[in-house]
Amino acid sequence: MSSQSLSTKKEPFIRIIKKTEISVGKTIVLSLLALLAAIIAGGIFILAIGQNPFEIYTTIVKGAWRSSMATKGTIKIAIPLLIAALGITPAFQMKFWNIGAEGQIIMGGIFATYFALFFDHLPHGLLLVIMFVAGMVGGGLWGLIPAYFKTRFGTNETLFTLMLNYIALYMIKFFIEGPWRDPASSGFPKIATFTKNARLDQIFGVHAGWLIGLVLVVVLFIYLTFTKQGYEISVVGESVNTARYAGMNVKKIIMRTMFISGAICGIAGMTQVTGAAYTLGEGVAGGVGFTAITVAWLSKLNPLFILVVTLLFSMLEKGCSVMQSTFGLSSAVSGILQGIILFFILGFDFFTRYRFVFRKER
Amino acid sequence: MEKKKNETMAIELKQITKTFGSVVANNKIDLSVKQGEILALLGENGSGKTTLMNMLSGIYKPDSGSIFINGQSVTINSPEDAIRLGVGMIHQHFKLVEVLSATDNIILGAKEKGLFLHKSRSERIKDISKRFGLNINPEKKVYQMSVSEKQTVEIIKVLYRKADILILDEPTAVLTPQETKRLFEILRRMKKEGCAVIIITHKLNEVLEISDRVTILRKGESVATVDTAKTSAKELTELMVGRPVELSIEHPTNDYNENLLEIHHLTVENEEGVNMIKDITFDLNRGEILGVAGVAGSGQKELCEALAGLLPVKKGAVLYQNENIVGKTPNEIIKMGISMSFIPEDRLGMGLAASMGMVDNMLLKKYNEGKGPFVSKKEARELAKRLVKQLDIVTPTVDTPVRRLSGGNVQKVLLGREIESGPNVLITAYAVRGLDINSSYTIYDALNEQKQKGVGVLFIGEDLDVMLELCDRIMVLCHGKITGIVEAKATTKEQLGLMMTDAAGAKGGKS
Repeated sequence: MSSQSLSTKKEPFIRIIKKTEISVGKTIVLSLLALLAAIIAGGIFILAIGQNPFEIYTTIVKGAWRSSMATKGTIKIAIPLLIAALGITPAFQMKFWNIGAEGQIIMGGIFATYFALFFDHLPHGLLLVIMFVAGMVGGGLWGLIPAYFKTRFGTNETLFTLMLNYIALYMIKFFIEGPWRDPASSGFPKIATFTKNARLDQIFGVHAGWLIGLVLVVVLFIYLTFTKQGYEISVVGESVNTARYAGMNVKKIIMRTMFISGAICGIAGMTQVTGAAYTLGEGVAGGVGFTAITVAWLSKLNPLFILVVTLLFSMLEKGCSVMQSTFGLSSAVSGILQGIILFFILGFDFFTRYRFVFRKER
Repeated sequence: MEKKKNETMAIELKQITKTFGSVVANNKIDLSVKQGEILALLGENGSGKTTLMNMLSGIYKPDSGSIFINGQSVTINSPEDAIRLGVGMIHQHFKLVEVLSATDNIILGAKEKGLFLHKSRSERIKDISKRFGLNINPEKKVYQMSVSEKQTVEIIKVLYRKADILILDEPTAVLTPQETKRLFEILRRMKKEGCAVIIITHKLNEVLEISDRVTILRKGESVATVDTAKTSAKELTELMVGRPVELSIEHPTNDYNENLLEIHHLTVENEEGVNMIKDITFDLNRGEILGVAGVAGSGQKELCEALAGLLPVKKGAVLYQNENIVGKTPNEIIKMGISMSFIPEDRLGMGLAASMGMVDNMLLKKYNEGKGPFVSKKEARELAKRLVKQLDIVTPTVDTPVRRLSGGNVQKVLLGREIESGPNVLITAYAVRGLDINSSYTIYDALNEQKQKGVGVLFIGEDLDVMLELCDRIMVLCHGKITGIVEAKATTKEQLGLMMTDAAGAKGGKS
């Protein structure tokens, strides 16, 4: 009665099975394996372009830390990345996919720049505090907009936050070419360089943004782990229905959390304009808001891990630029190398979730 | 000749093992069904019944062991393979396209040659319906059908694909007693036609009524296979649970005589704007368990959510000690002492946070108590530990994410927390769904204890036998209307069944 072709079909050779849980030890072993695989694959690529992989890798690592100059450079790269990754974390914890860190950084920068340009007669300390708060408010408001529309009309936050990035970017353009254009700069439109009074002080040779970042790591860790609001964020992220059931005001929580998320990203923008660039340019965020997503996700939204991963990322970036100049390679080469390494690290995430079963011989 | 046919087994499973991560769902299970036989697969939730059957229907694959169909060793890689081998499974949740007619659903995906719909197809459907005594209107759209009709379509769908081995996963869970009887008639017809039928269930009386043999699973292992004629409910329970169990529910009485909750002309819409509760009026007294019976989807969920303030009330009033709570936020209602334990099908979706441990889940309604910005976990931890002891909750630690606990334990965590909050009104929806017998009785005892304390309990239930024993009064919902409120002692299962389908003459009720 049943069909004839039934016994001809064989079992597939490999099957993929979902893992239930994985121990911390195994995760670390897998991550190290991923790193090793990345280095090998990157090595093959380096060989293919006719270079010695060992030299290149040594240069990358040494390049990031070889001198105090290099170290400072690495840390400078790390600061906005760290702060923005921290900023994304509370939103992601709530499963609110904030892709708009880029825009929130920019808005933080714009708000802070306003005070740097027009209130630089204020005492230095006061001015910086005002700029800090302005940066937070700017980023926070930019985060609040998608949150409001999400709670009010159920709009998709991913698209919404993404679009706001471009609006923010074009706002900088507007200010550069319009109202804030430096009259002193002839021809090339730019915003005036901040006066000394409006620049962030340096601590150990790097602008104080690193200290702000470290403080934020601790504050955010405590906020998410031990406070009532942190608890609310986790519950909303877990299930909106459960949160409603517990009597939480879900709308309020989403708006508040997105304000905080945007505000932290805004701080990143503020430190960039006042600590690194001393002016507001189109490159103030420079893709940091997107890299921050990768960092936050790889760190499993743990502020302490974010610190570690940020340093690794910054090292890679700084080291690669040193490699570029030392060996006279094009920037595409370091781009490819960074891509390969990221691909393996992110790809190995798969192995922490799934395992393979091979067909047994019968 | 008939005898010879009976000797080849329709299905034979040998030493089937299936593991999920570290959990052994099936451990070296043997099982066989003859042609023209109905085998009941009996076991508590989590004993591995559905896993085992999913391997027969090609959804899972065994880690080891072999499957024989009509005496031939086979490998089933997909549901498609299963169908080709003549194995058809009717799942607990129907897999039908709502906007299509019965005929369309039946022929959907059946691979036949030719581009056009042949007349012969509808002829065949008619044939099958006649042969097995299945009664449906082939032109009726699925969304207009009752649950029982949908099930019939599923059965025809499988038969149309020439399946002669049928697996039914808890087919009676959604049926009224009358519909169940009809289903059993159909199954008997199939048996006569030489089909092999496996029915998964945990209802003992049904096993005794319909099956020829029973295979009992316990914790992933096959503990026994017995002839139905030679066994009893008591023996089956003992095999299922592993030790003797007392099978009666206590029914304590008390003499509180006070109205706790009065519901006046309540009308509730669901999120799509459809009226799910239509102008209902009832009250809940102190110290009573009021059962709510009804076919799934009759408005039970909406009633619970409206009472807890989660769903807006369109019309009507809910008086709690003479104060109208309509329009109050869940937070305000919780503070008034109306604790709601609502357990929907998706258990972890409401009421618990799945990735959090017991401790954090204990905090859910209380995290906001106490001053300052920080959450205090000390009491919650103590409470969690106490509940583990009191309700025999099995968990590695009180910080293990609750999604890793078994269904029964999840339920105990939820109910335990609600009872500990000292409520006046307790709303439980399907409180024992997915629980093993022992846990169920733990829950019944806990509810009775609350009742004796003077709590008014609204018990949304599925198992009419249980409700008749446990509840003081039973309210029957049908299409969002009350078709009757009866004293549990003075009614029968059949009467409730009639009210559930609105056959008792209650007016209204759309078809």
